[in-house]
Amino acid sequence: MKILLVDDSNTMRRIQRNTLSGLGFTDVDEAEDGADAVAKVQAGNYDLVLMDWNMPNMTGIEALKAIRANAQTAAVPVIMVTSESEKTRILEAIQSGATNYIVKPFTPDVLREKLAALGK
Amino acid sequence: MRAELINPFLKATVSTFTTMVNTTPTPGKPFVKVEPGLSHDVSGIIGLSGGAKGAVIISFPSETALTTVSAFIGTSVTTVDADVTDAVGELANIIAGAAKADLSGLNVNISLPSVVVGTNHKVNTPKDIPSVVIPFSCTHGEFVVEVCIALT
Repeated sequence: MKILLVDDSNTMRRIQRNTLSGLGFTDVDEAEDGADAVAKVQAGNYDLVLMDWNMPNMTGIEALKAIRANAQTAAVPVIMVTSESEKTRILEAIQSGATNYIVKPFTPDVLREKLAALGK
Repeated sequence: MRAELINPFLKATVSTFTTMVNTTPTPGKPFVKVEPGLSHDVSGIIGLSGGAKGAVIISFPSETALTTVSAFIGTSVTTVDADVTDAVGELANIIAGAAKADLSGLNVNISLPSVVVGTNHKVNTPKDIPSVVIPFSCTHGEFVVEVCIALT
């Protein structure tokens, strides 16, 4: 499974990459903001995108909407991984097309459960 | 200052460290900050706006920052470099985000994190906004979370 990690924090990308590696997922690319993510999703065949919300240049929710608006990428699963934990934000993400939602802080078990829910 | 504005940050700090840093920090007695405040070596700062204004600041001595970040990222770090400042900023971001959920009635917005590095630096906060310092101790050492917040 090919996964795109999107987070402006190098730390969070590293933590998630290590967690995914521990779960057996090693085909992982990275993007530093929403615009970078949209470009990479359009250029590559990703099976899953893990998307932060608050990023410079283009936020995660804007990137999610752009991915859903493009017929070529609309079906790519996108899980928001963010510190935005208010119910209204979660609802906004789901209504914008998020496949699932992980609130920081999270444990590896949470990521494992969300991937299992996708059948990955 | 109203405790209901401070407690979410205390809870969020304990939760974040327990979940992502593998240690459960023990909070000490919070106290109102008197300028110029305590000296620190590494501070992560998140601005608050919207229904409340101010900032939340997590500050470490260098040694505590290094051991905390090592546990957070799963790799030993020995100098305060870009990886450490990024990690401290992310810790501040996660704490502020988690606290925000408990303040959801206020529609608080949080900024992207800023990080200040410098031996014995002090972080000034606006004089017109009360500021409470929550000291913590954990297996990695001692640190403080400062909550400077007022309703708008």
